[in-house]
Amino acid sequence: MPHSVALDPQATTSEDPAEAVMVEPTTSNGDSQDTADGDVAMEDTTEEPTAEKAPTAATHPKKDVKLEDLFADVDSDEEFPSSRPNDVPPMSSPPAILPPFPSDVIAMNASDPEIMRAFYQRLFPWRQLFQWLNHSPTPTNDFAHREFAFTLQNDAYLRYQAFPTHDLLRKDILRLMPSRFEIGPVYTTNPRDRKTLRNSSAFKPLAKELCFDIDLTDYDEIRTCCDKANICKKCWQFMTMAIKVLDVALRDDFGFKHIMWVYSGRRGVHAWVCDKSARAMPDQMRKAIAGYLEVIKGGAQSSKKVNLWRPLHPHLVRSLEILKTHFQEDVLEAQDPWANPERAERLLQLLPDKLLNEALRKKWDSAPGRSSTSKWADIDTVAKSGVSKKLDATALKEAKQDIVLEYTYPRLDIEVSKKLNHLLKSPFVVHPGTGRVCVPIDTRALDEFDPTDVPTVQSLLAEIDAWKGEDGVGVEGVEGQKSVQDWEKTSLKPYVELFRSFVVGLMKDERDVKVKRKHEESIQF
Amino acid sequence: MLRPDYNRIDPKRRNVVDHRKKQFSEAAYKEQNYPYRLNFYPDPPTADITLEQFEQWAIDRLRILAELEACSFRNKSPAEVATHMKPLLDKHLPLESNSSQSSQLFAQRQKDHYSHFILRLAFASTEDLRRRFSRVETMLFRLRFNSDDLAERNAFVSSLDLDWWETVSEDEKREFASQFASMNSTRKAAAEEETWFKVDWQRVPELVEQRRVFLKGGKAFVPSREQASMVIGEFSTRLEKQLELTARALPRLDEDERLTPILDHLSKNFITPDASYLSGSATSVGGDMSARNVDSLSQHFPACMSHLHRSLRRDAHLKHYGRLQYTLFLKGIGLNLEECLIFWRQGFRNITDDTFNKEYRYNIRHSYGDVGGDSNRRGGGYSPFSCQKILTEHPPGPGEAHGCPYRHFDMDNLNTLVQALGVSDRNVLQGVREDKESQKYHMACNRVFEHLHKQELKKAKDEGIFTSAQLETIVHPNEYFKRSFLLKNLDKPKDSSDVKVEGS
Repeated sequence: MPHSVALDPQATTSEDPAEAVMVEPTTSNGDSQDTADGDVAMEDTTEEPTAEKAPTAATHPKKDVKLEDLFADVDSDEEFPSSRPNDVPPMSSPPAILPPFPSDVIAMNASDPEIMRAFYQRLFPWRQLFQWLNHSPTPTNDFAHREFAFTLQNDAYLRYQAFPTHDLLRKDILRLMPSRFEIGPVYTTNPRDRKTLRNSSAFKPLAKELCFDIDLTDYDEIRTCCDKANICKKCWQFMTMAIKVLDVALRDDFGFKHIMWVYSGRRGVHAWVCDKSARAMPDQMRKAIAGYLEVIKGGAQSSKKVNLWRPLHPHLVRSLEILKTHFQEDVLEAQDPWANPERAERLLQLLPDKLLNEALRKKWDSAPGRSSTSKWADIDTVAKSGVSKKLDATALKEAKQDIVLEYTYPRLDIEVSKKLNHLLKSPFVVHPGTGRVCVPIDTRALDEFDPTDVPTVQSLLAEIDAWKGEDGVGVEGVEGQKSVQDWEKTSLKPYVELFRSFVVGLMKDERDVKVKRKHEESIQF
Repeated sequence: MLRPDYNRIDPKRRNVVDHRKKQFSEAAYKEQNYPYRLNFYPDPPTADITLEQFEQWAIDRLRILAELEACSFRNKSPAEVATHMKPLLDKHLPLESNSSQSSQLFAQRQKDHYSHFILRLAFASTEDLRRRFSRVETMLFRLRFNSDDLAERNAFVSSLDLDWWETVSEDEKREFASQFASMNSTRKAAAEEETWFKVDWQRVPELVEQRRVFLKGGKAFVPSREQASMVIGEFSTRLEKQLELTARALPRLDEDERLTPILDHLSKNFITPDASYLSGSATSVGGDMSARNVDSLSQHFPACMSHLHRSLRRDAHLKHYGRLQYTLFLKGIGLNLEECLIFWRQGFRNITDDTFNKEYRYNIRHSYGDVGGDSNRRGGGYSPFSCQKILTEHPPGPGEAHGCPYRHFDMDNLNTLVQALGVSDRNVLQGVREDKESQKYHMACNRVFEHLHKQELKKAKDEGIFTSAQLETIVHPNEYFKRSFLLKNLDKPKDSSDVKVEGS
């Protein structure tokens, strides 16, 4: 996925968004489709005046429609969806008139501006997002100095956006209607003011969650069910294992508590480690954690990707313990990775003893179609039968451990974790390719999570309509009942609630720290 | 110290008065007595030295540091570095232990102390210099730390008064016995006797990164044999902090134009193989550098670039870091931006113009400094990667073709590649294997270079065409290309002035 590095904070972005539409070499959609590789890094952002771009946009018929809608929107965009009038801040006036819903929502493209507007307006959990990044109910610089980056409908990439509150963020998003947006670090000053600083080195990233990005494309050489951007229930198991291994390491070893796993919308997961201590880490610390967790190394040209010291580090011992059963069930049985002779050759390459390999090759050649499970078991039985006099039992055992790790251990896109100023797609954004919402994953029910069950934006919008019909009561929530928010009517509800409880836990911890500090100060004086 | 009341009226003014007066009064600082051989350099020197001493001491130290940096580029093992550096250290910057009873102790330690601070002034100005300086100073400290007398070293460490580590209690030892045992590679029995320190993991990031400590709830349990790395880590953190402060104080340096030229001169002379390749010199090799010629030019490419070129031709695609490494190299050999864009457009033959323009064009232009922030454009983009950078940064991940083949390939694939470059001599292949095993990747690359250009090199040496600098170890892919190109074109008539131009 295109993770963007802000290498150059002095990059020039015009304040006027109309001018600041920049052409960036970003992939056309979130989890970059097959042609694009996983790592389009944006070294920085520049103004690329729209001059060359403008004619195309203007001639585009769709653009005109969009412009009108924009105007229509201005009148109502300060409103929350009508279904929550009680929560609306004082500035609100009469209940908003919602834009009419196309009846064929399901058939529409996820990145259609109509769909996106309805989603941002009615379903996106702005308040929770704000509290998550702000760490407190009242606006602070944690939110105000936070960078947001928008990918607009024309694939232009707009960096260094910042907003004092979520209302203004929401307003701007509804105005620009980005197909997705990313979250960057908190800076020393408001990112919008970076040009006005006398000393450009005073503009520095201060804090960001520690992030991890795991992508199923990195598993292409070991998964047999799908490749590229495609996923299924079978290969999703790789993600399940990855989350288990990393989650426990981050919690037990590093002592982090607030870890949120988010489905990336197509074929991967993101982790956001939100503890205060994690957010403040400089690059060096991030690099250390990344190195600690990284096991699978080497490019296409290095045949052995796992090289470890013995005895194994406790973290690896524990990981092996977690991965053992997954290796049996989800790799050997489900993936059958060494079914054909070429793939089996790959397995033999990783084994240390030549004579043993000969014997195994002979055995497997005589029984084509032997399953990977049997082949894996064959290694030990053949070894025991004594084909090789000089067989080093420890070396074989270690090689087998390495193989288990190579086929199960999380494959991290490590650059995302190493840099403080890396941008990562926000949770609850819609993946433009699949239409699926980037929902948080409940790690307590990790094994039940099925990416193909994740609601798409189209289905969610349809659900809102359906709910209205079922209940018979208007959207307004009459008769003094507690009004029902739009997301509560849909299958997005459990995910928003999960997110909310995560945010509440985080805020509680931050508040405790603050209270404690105040307390200590008062004792001092 | 409290002063009489007369200058307490205006605090701002008082300082000025005080300062002026102080300039001519005796310094009231603590005398340095250097009880230990090692020094964390917490206090700046205060005594007077002559201008000649100022310059000479700095140059001596600089010589040591430059040599240390060169050692790290050549991937020498710590033991090799120690033997290599010993005579140099004895000559330029001797530092004896207390037990030696040498009469020179004070003078040696004073020189060490002063030269360190002079170089701090010289290298505090830019972030790049600061980073390099703290890196090599840390290497020097490590070297000395490891060679120090054990008792004196322990005394020194305890004098540091580092309060951020605590000894692990017996209870904890019992609780984590099995984990501790698995951290201990060699002696099982000794595991119980070893003392462990408990520190915040953030104090020992390098140890965490290499999984050489046991972690529990954010605390790192460090075996005593890793204590050195904690002390060294502390040294470099403190030095970095101090350098930062020095940098901030530099503009206000009250200086009478005797020192500034010396300091400037010193920092400019810190030239090592790492010095970025000057793109200006690239064009000097002559020849037609254009997109359609890259295929034929690729015979002069080092293994890393040759592999990138082959991968590109095979897959019609390269991943991000591959593109970056290769683009900058091409820039370095003199391909201009237009040609480079043409080269990539043609190279990515399976994608549409639209995709190319949207996803790749910008990054290439960025590498050339055609777009991007002010500093990027002014600096003309990035400079081509040196071997050092390729070897140490961003090791290739799955499906990536960048990096250094001598380091990142396994032996079989490397053999295939080296043979494809035209090496079939068994001895050379064996040499490459040994170099790789002892992690001397430069050596392997230079070995291949020397083999491939055996005749031309001989001729160049005999006829004295190449200066000795041009026969040194290659530590930059572009240098490899330049030399190869020049050597292979020795016979062709051309301006002699072209040949003489050097890389640095």
